[in-house]
Amino acid sequence: MDYFIQQLINGLTLGGLYALIALGYTMVYGVIQLINFAHGEFFAAGGYMGVILLSFFAGLGYIDTHPFLCIGASILLTMAYCAFLAMGVERVAYKPLRRASRLAALVSALGMSIFLSNGLMLTQGVFDKAYPSELIQGGFEVGTVIVSYLQLVIMGLTILLLVGLNILVFKTRVGMAMRATAQDKIMSSLVAISSNRIIAMTFAIGAGLAACAGIMVGFYYGSVRYDMGFVPGIKAFAAAVLGGIGNITGAMLGGLIIGMVEIFGAAYISGQYKDVFAFIILISVLYFKPTGIMGENVDDTRV
Amino acid sequence: MADPILELRDVYSSYGNIKALKGVSLKVFPGEIVAIIGANGAGKSTTLMAISGIVPVDKGDILYQGSSIVGKSAEKLPAMGLCQVPEGRRIFPRLSVAENLELGAFHRKERAEIEQDMERVFSLFPALAERRKQQGGTLSGGEQQMLAIARALMTRPKLLLMDEPSLGLAPLFVQKIFDIIHDVNEREGMTILLVEQNANLALQAAQRGYVLETGTVTMEDNADTLLHNPEIRKAYLGETA
Repeated sequence: MDYFIQQLINGLTLGGLYALIALGYTMVYGVIQLINFAHGEFFAAGGYMGVILLSFFAGLGYIDTHPFLCIGASILLTMAYCAFLAMGVERVAYKPLRRASRLAALVSALGMSIFLSNGLMLTQGVFDKAYPSELIQGGFEVGTVIVSYLQLVIMGLTILLLVGLNILVFKTRVGMAMRATAQDKIMSSLVAISSNRIIAMTFAIGAGLAACAGIMVGFYYGSVRYDMGFVPGIKAFAAAVLGGIGNITGAMLGGLIIGMVEIFGAAYISGQYKDVFAFIILISVLYFKPTGIMGENVDDTRV
Repeated sequence: MADPILELRDVYSSYGNIKALKGVSLKVFPGEIVAIIGANGAGKSTTLMAISGIVPVDKGDILYQGSSIVGKSAEKLPAMGLCQVPEGRRIFPRLSVAENLELGAFHRKERAEIEQDMERVFSLFPALAERRKQQGGTLSGGEQQMLAIARALMTRPKLLLMDEPSLGLAPLFVQKIFDIIHDVNEREGMTILLVEQNANLALQAAQRGYVLETGTVTMEDNADTLLHNPEIRKAYLGETA
């Protein structure tokens, strides 16, 4: 039983991280019907920017005196950095193709993914970069179940971001404009909504969430690598599809499910197949219920 | 007469390779209801979409309150008092009735006035008030048309473009919608440019009318004169000579 609860906690932690990444896929798809294959790179860029900022603060000596302030500032600055990066990518790689076929934008996304990932490799090197994991150490035990403080931080931050996003999308004017743009771009411009601005904002928010996930993954696994965006990116994409692409609640749910399945699969079936489970789900969903769990709006007729 | 609020000067527009407008010229004066009638595919909707900045103008000019709005992005126009109820109503299906209305006032800042206008459209359309929390897509066709008009009123337009407001509606709803068109024109002096396939209805509501055929204006006159023109009666009012 303790083993089960332990896996549950691990699964929630990982699932929350997938959910954060999956949101970027689903929000961008919701607004411009594009699978942004470069999204995983925002996650990787976040992981790197986080460690760069942390070392910078360490160099200044602040990290020993104010560790949590430094971590918080690194997260915020990294999210901002990735948000701007994503807006730049959108401007360069997708906006000129707004009126082109969807396939053209998709190919552009694949190219952007390769470009960003190679850019990271050339500037940061091919080797793992260590995270200062000692900053968030320790944990507590209940019976034989170990919960690390880092896991608590990750889960807490994830919940905070998910709740914040929900408020933004469903309770604010900007969120309303975002949903309107996703539903009908021509009509939303007839009611004075600038779709260009909304699209840029959607990219920024998605990348910000992914960037935060990147830092947390850095802390969780102790290091980052230039190609770290690929596999989690695809798994998060599977999560978005599972939840029903375009649906925000679905992406959160899909992320949690994929994380759980991966952890439980690794614990009870085989650790070697850990990466396979997400793809089994992806293929099954595409085969049996292509609209996903919550997806009512997968509809090719929508412009 | 006063200066026109809207003037199209020899406007050309195309949808992809299809030339939809081939030199449309028309004028709308403040306080008028002007009808554009014509067959399916004559370019009526394209004319409105060109005015609203959705369809690009290849040649010619569109003047609104004396200055050119060609090339201005569509989302800038509602704040200038130019607003459209598009063909097919285009309600945001997964937003509530209240949210659809809120979006009509998206460019406006003054909360109190927006609330006030919201109450006003609810009193104009009591059916919407009952359904304010319901999703737009779950309304009936008639209710959606009312919502589309109500949403447009929320922008506080000076010039309202309306595309086929009677399309697909039961006669009772059509009557109600034309009563409202008449009402906002009469009481608030709102200028209305109306596109209709139902020429009879449109010409009865309007003061002046234009006949559009394959992308050009072939006739313009007082609505009454057009309504009694035998050619028009034959072509658009389904009368056998």
